[in-house]
Amino acid sequence: MSGPAGIPSAGVSEEELAHIAHLARLALDPREVPRLREELARILALVDEMNAIDTADLSPMAHPVETAQRLRRDEVGEEDRRELLQQGAPEVEDGLYLVPRVVD
Amino acid sequence: MHHLSIRQLKEALLARDFSCEELARSHLERLVRIGAELNCLVSLTEEQALAEAREADRRLIRGDCPALNGIPVVHKDVFCTRGVRTSCGSRMLDNFVAPYDATVVERARRQGMVMLGKANMDEFAMGSSNENSFYGPVRNPWDRERVPGGSSGGSAAAVAARLVPAATGTDTGGSVRQPAALCGVTGIKPTYGRVSRYGLVAYASSLDQAGVFARSVEDAAFVLEAIAGYDERDSTSVDRPVENYVSALEEDAGPLRIGVAREFFGSGLDPAVGDAIEEALSHFERHGAGRRDISIPSLELAIPAYYVVAPAECSSNLSRYDGVRYGYRSAGARDIETLYKKSRSEGFGAEVKRRILVGTYALSSGYYDAYYLKAQKIRRLISAELREALREVDVIVGPTSPFTAFRLGERAGDPVTMYRCDVYTTAVNLAGLPAISLPAGFVHGLPVGLQIIGDHFSEARLLQIAHRFQSTSDWHQRVPAGCE
Amino acid sequence: MDTSRWEAVIGLELHAQLATRSKIFSGAPTGYGAPPNRQACAVDLGLPGVLPVLNGTALSMAVKFGLAVGATVARHSVFARKNYFYPDLPKGYQISQYELPIVEGGAVHISTEGASRRVGITRAHLEEDAGKSVHDVVSGRSAIDLNRAGIPLLEIVSEPDMRSAAEAVAYMQEVHAIVRYLEICDGNMQEGSFRCDANVSVRRRGEHALGTRTELKNLNSFRFVERAIRHEIDRQIAVLESGGTVVQQTRHYDAERNDTRPLRDKEEANDYRYFPDPDLLPVEIDDAFVESIRSALPELPGDRRRRFVADYGLGLDEARLLTSDRHLANYFEATLGDEGADPRLAAHWVTGELGAHLNREGRDISASPVSPEMMQGLLRRLRDGTVSGPVAKEVLKAMWDGEGDADHVIEGRGLRQVNDDDALSRLVDDVLDAHPDQVSQFRSGRQKVLGYLVGQAMKASRGKANPQRVNALMRARLTE
Repeated sequence: MSGPAGIPSAGVSEEELAHIAHLARLALDPREVPRLREELARILALVDEMNAIDTADLSPMAHPVETAQRLRRDEVGEEDRRELLQQGAPEVEDGLYLVPRVVD
Repeated sequence: MHHLSIRQLKEALLARDFSCEELARSHLERLVRIGAELNCLVSLTEEQALAEAREADRRLIRGDCPALNGIPVVHKDVFCTRGVRTSCGSRMLDNFVAPYDATVVERARRQGMVMLGKANMDEFAMGSSNENSFYGPVRNPWDRERVPGGSSGGSAAAVAARLVPAATGTDTGGSVRQPAALCGVTGIKPTYGRVSRYGLVAYASSLDQAGVFARSVEDAAFVLEAIAGYDERDSTSVDRPVENYVSALEEDAGPLRIGVAREFFGSGLDPAVGDAIEEALSHFERHGAGRRDISIPSLELAIPAYYVVAPAECSSNLSRYDGVRYGYRSAGARDIETLYKKSRSEGFGAEVKRRILVGTYALSSGYYDAYYLKAQKIRRLISAELREALREVDVIVGPTSPFTAFRLGERAGDPVTMYRCDVYTTAVNLAGLPAISLPAGFVHGLPVGLQIIGDHFSEARLLQIAHRFQSTSDWHQRVPAGCE
Repeated sequence: MDTSRWEAVIGLELHAQLATRSKIFSGAPTGYGAPPNRQACAVDLGLPGVLPVLNGTALSMAVKFGLAVGATVARHSVFARKNYFYPDLPKGYQISQYELPIVEGGAVHISTEGASRRVGITRAHLEEDAGKSVHDVVSGRSAIDLNRAGIPLLEIVSEPDMRSAAEAVAYMQEVHAIVRYLEICDGNMQEGSFRCDANVSVRRRGEHALGTRTELKNLNSFRFVERAIRHEIDRQIAVLESGGTVVQQTRHYDAERNDTRPLRDKEEANDYRYFPDPDLLPVEIDDAFVESIRSALPELPGDRRRRFVADYGLGLDEARLLTSDRHLANYFEATLGDEGADPRLAAHWVTGELGAHLNREGRDISASPVSPEMMQGLLRRLRDGTVSGPVAKEVLKAMWDGEGDADHVIEGRGLRQVNDDDALSRLVDDVLDAHPDQVSQFRSGRQKVLGYLVGQAMKASRGKANPQRVNALMRARLTE
């Protein structure tokens, strides 16, 4: 495991894999878990090559072209296109999207 | 007529040598015949194409022709097309029809281009071989047992096989340049922000940029000029006038200083490819360019940084595919969690899921600093080194891909082996630079791509330099067997 | 349970819906109550390929708030994605601000029962609202309406500076008044335009460390905020007094049962994986922009309240009531145009009788059929003795019903007060003649009947007689 200390990764434990799969809402077939862990370990080992250099003095760069956000005028420019937008919806009734009941 | 350049096509259409409809029909016929063998399209939009071509003919008669009136084009299936399925090469969007056109699609149409179909691609633009498509792999026209590269493999293969004069693609880590190299065509990835991302299905938003495949630099310049420009619907598009790329090609480029970075010629490079690139560099020198050896020390960190940043953004960008409002929904889920998990697990392919997992991990509590933040810092370093170098030289030149087209399945077994394909391309995306890949030789009958990297918004200059190369070489005029 | 040994520590997270015409990142409209999903465009629905563009007015509104509470307005702020799955969250992430919010620091001042307190504001940030899930309209299904998705919110996070439910409400009311003064939020709590989550903990008096807190949700009125917090404080004290421990959790307030209950425990702690939104660039604003907003700031409720007390001699409660709404305060001040205007009288009539009319019809002061000029005319006639209080009520009612201004009503209805002593003496005589029993009672010492007799005289004059003169004349006649 690599933590903030930047120690090379030994990969992702089964529990961690289950946790991130849950965060990402992906179901894992138990049969694919060993192979997936192996692949993730290899990917993380590749990624850990980053630890070759000290980045303490660098500021992160989130955008390649560093300009400022442009502002939109507060105008309504979208008309109602509900029927068109819902044409491919899996389940709709009375204009509402339906899903299995969500328990709060 | 499938060998004519865009300039020649424009002239022929104006001279009424053939109609736009005839041009479209001729290309559609080849797309059906050869395109099916290559599996380069996921949708052929024959009826719409013919209707658009007839409309282009009417404009021709009326005498109000936009720049690319009647010129056929294929759009990568990552661009939303109103009324035509946009699948992104994924089961998730197999049934998705966008109610809007991507800006790229809209601008191409406004310039008179006739869309013949949507090109096959790696699922959600994740891949370097086009083997990750829900619709099956694309085959390389130079050798059908080999990959065309990815992720815009369908676009590259279609242009290489002379099925269409130009095609659009997207380049997040090399997805225009690498398939252009492997298929022996010209591919340009503009500066980040030069072409609108509106309607381009996002993979990694801070890296994605639309690009163009064509058979020559001049053809690419025509199409880039049509699709580039500021778009108020994309906050990251840059409000800056678009240069006249086509007319700039003939302008005197002046003295040229090319930078050759030793990191582009490391141990991973196939020596035969390296020889071809050296020959291309000599070609530049023979034609008056000055050569300067430079170094981009952090280049080797581009792949690690890219494979954190891109998956991190992808893990978030792809959260919208949840089976609720559109796209694939798994049948019979009794609760919302099951609905999410089954829909996403069944709707996404293996590579997409891997990247979502890696990205989720890189952003998760406790790992954010070590992965995501670290990668963005390295991005700063790589960007600074490249831009620093570009103050010394006009362009940086090197190979696009460390090797020529590989066999189907050859690299599919291990994700990291596949990721290494992008060793020379991802740095450009991290820094948001424009770059072009040109055919620059052959190794065992397979094309070699030469990459030319410029500073931000130097597209006109890049195209000029590339055009100068093509004016004195003929690698780009070679045609794969069976596609004559 | 000995509550005096414990001290509550309360912080609030307020969500103010910003009163823009279009959404924060799309051009869809923001009106309330549209049919489901008719105000949800491709961006709000999170369709593939569409992109957010920031609404400039939403940004200006956030800056306005920051300046109003004396906060630092960040010249460089960043939008981030908060990642989680929920059916009413279309993209699987909410665009919010995390590390670099637009507003940091600042404070509002509140006073309760004479004591005043400064409540610090930690930060205020812009974010998009989620949609709405409706359960069981269709059996066994949840139905998703995304009209609300993308409506701009300003989340205002306070420091844990409040020590009682009453202070929490006072703080919330103060912020409510501020956002309405600034006209950046309509403040309508029924429609969810102004919402509150409360973080509540208790500790032994004198201790500095904070206790474990719970987060209360669904507090959609000032009354519920007060009741829910009071209830939660009592619950936590009871838990601690009985030797238990408070569990850090989110609790939902049930107004009908006046009770809080924990929300279903999530199987794992949320990990929102915040990171800068790559679709949006950093927001850069310059001093000129900030100054242009600062120069257009209205007088704020706190300042105005203090001025009303100092300049007009109003009581604090009355001043607070009048300044709770900018339009009400404007109305009140507009009635004071006269030479010799009496602010306390005006305040009494604006908050009292006019307030009653407004409440009865559920109208806002700006929709009052009685204009400030009309009210001013009535107050003038009250002061100069043309009408008495009871008659003035009748005049106000007539004005409310559209009979014209005060003078018109007084003349038309013949309501001018009778001050002429001759006429009043005749009136008094008539009343005394008609009530011999009460007269003899008064003279035998039951002075209380005087009131009854004055009342009879007022009644006989249909309220027009000057009550003070009637009283005086009557007492004089009875004690002759």
